[in-house]
Amino acid sequence: MSLNFIEPLLYLSALGLGLGAYVQPIEGMPYLGYLAPGLIASSAMFATSYECTYGTFIRMDFQKTFHAIIATPASIDDVIMGEVLFGTFKSLLYGSTILLVVFGLKLVSSPWVLLIPVVLALSGLFFAVLAMTWTGLVPNINSFNYFFSLIITPLFLFSGVFFPLTGMPALMQQVAWFSPLYHVVKLTRGLAAGDAVWLLAGDFIWLLAATVILLPAPLFLLRRLTIK
Amino acid sequence: MEYIIEAAGLVKKYNGKTAVDAINFTVRQQECFGLLGPNGAGKTSTVKMIHCFFLPTAGRLSVLGMDVRTHSRAIKRQLGVVPQENNLDPDLGVLENLLVYAGFFGITRSSALNRAGELLEFFDLSGYERERVETLSGGMKRRLTIARALINSPNILILDEPTTGLDPQARHLVWQRLRHLKEQGVTILLTTHYMDEAAQWCDRLVIMDEGRILEEGKPQELVLKHVGKEVLEIGLGNEPAGVVLDHVSGMICGHLIIGDTLYLYSAGGQAVLQALQHFPGRFTHRLLRYATLEDVFLKLTGRGLTADGKTVAGYFPPGLEGAPASPGCLSKDLESKHVP
Ligand SMILES: Nc1ncnc2c1ncn2[C@@H]1O[C@H](COP(=O)(O)OP(=O)(O)OP(=O)(O)O)[C@@H](O)[C@H]1O
Ligand SMILES: [Mg+2]
Repeated sequence: MSLNFIEPLLYLSALGLGLGAYVQPIEGMPYLGYLAPGLIASSAMFATSYECTYGTFIRMDFQKTFHAIIATPASIDDVIMGEVLFGTFKSLLYGSTILLVVFGLKLVSSPWVLLIPVVLALSGLFFAVLAMTWTGLVPNINSFNYFFSLIITPLFLFSGVFFPLTGMPALMQQVAWFSPLYHVVKLTRGLAAGDAVWLLAGDFIWLLAATVILLPAPLFLLRRLTIK
Repeated sequence: MEYIIEAAGLVKKYNGKTAVDAINFTVRQQECFGLLGPNGAGKTSTVKMIHCFFLPTAGRLSVLGMDVRTHSRAIKRQLGVVPQENNLDPDLGVLENLLVYAGFFGITRSSALNRAGELLEFFDLSGYERERVETLSGGMKRRLTIARALINSPNILILDEPTTGLDPQARHLVWQRLRHLKEQGVTILLTTHYMDEAAQWCDRLVIMDEGRILEEGKPQELVLKHVGKEVLEIGLGNEPAGVVLDHVSGMICGHLIIGDTLYLYSAGGQAVLQALQHFPGRFTHRLLRYATLEDVFLKLTGRGLTADGKTVAGYFPPGLEGAPASPGCLSKDLESKHVP
């Protein structure tokens, strides 16, 4: 798990320093400063996604922890919401840790970064719900590889973490609007830059709406899986 | 509230496949009530409806006077559940397992600590507080699971095969503890495959098979009703069962064949044994013993128990099957004091 902390820092040093030496400032930011908020968003996404696929599945299927808990006054919906909140917490924990490191390195400085944990909480909520929907649809430990290679990795690569999408074909730019991570990165980067933050309201609303719409799915799927 | 658990027309289906088929039963306060039956009979499915794990597909089920469909939270607050499969949390230590579980009942940390200490002591697990659950033996895990079920001082304790995998000492320990709880007013609902255990501890029990209840009653009454007082076990060897049965006809009130063993039910086994002294063939063994609940269980659910897949012949004199045994089995001259 601590690997999740190290990975974004490896990206930050390898790409930020290595590649950054050849890259001109993007959107007025030196490459390291541009990359850092993106990695805050993506590392939070990974942490939550691991927790709510492998973690949730192991607790549910191998350890029968869900079964144990619902013999108490807690209901299955309580347990599922508990998993969602745990996933959200992972996002906050990992994202904020990277944020602290990045802040310590003076890569971000705007006072608006204090709002980044709020973004991490909402994005954590969304990715927890997304990952648990997958877990409910394909409850099989081998299926989680597909979740990462078909969904999480493409999001990681094409949501503007490493480079602005303005250089990509127009279609890609339009498709990016459907990527939740794209909106999270816009939020973290916008807050890190600290200007015209009200323009970010749309991204926040996008994430909020997507979370609300998707939330019934894991509740329904995992309820049905546990209680046959 | 006369009955603490009341089931009427209770049905559970899994994707259309019936596991519990419209059963009726009631459990009284402070009773130890047993659910017996072969594998797949529907015991666990019944138990899971009682502890509100899933809803009944049909029928009525009330626990502590509350409907399981509408009051699951309130019901579960007063239950202790020992599931058939251990589900202790391997991420936590022994004590932590109890404390975290107590948290789900809203028990404060300090009273949970007290209670957990008592329970670990009670089940002979003190000294293991800091151990990881993984490092416990199977029997110790079972005891910890029972201890966990008692963390909220439940009114009803639901035990799905609680003593499976326990050594004789541990089984006795657990039953002593359970008796103690029963004396304090706890109602116990139990499933088990140990017939001696059921006979000794259950005030009443039901025998289930294929989702239906075949019989209900007090253990001793069921033994007298279905088997009688004594059973003569005959290892048939090569002797045909029919010939043996002819030889003792009129002296027995029922029989059962499992594999190559013939079980003869009678009120006076000694006489049957003597009659067989003159039998021309040779038996591999003969054993006269008291009838037990196991005989009842085998008689009622005996179908398909032979290893070679041969069906078990369960022939009884007309009118005996399922009905009260013929008077011969219940006659007063049952007080045979010596059982060889
Ligand atoms: N989750 C499930 N999904 C589908 N069928 C199930 C499920 N659980 C049990 N069954 C079926 O329901 C029937 C009753 O099972 P149940 O577990 O209640 O039996 P049991 O009496 O507890 O048996 P055992 O003595 O083996 O524990 C069996 O035919 C079983 O295959
Ligand atoms: Mg069972």
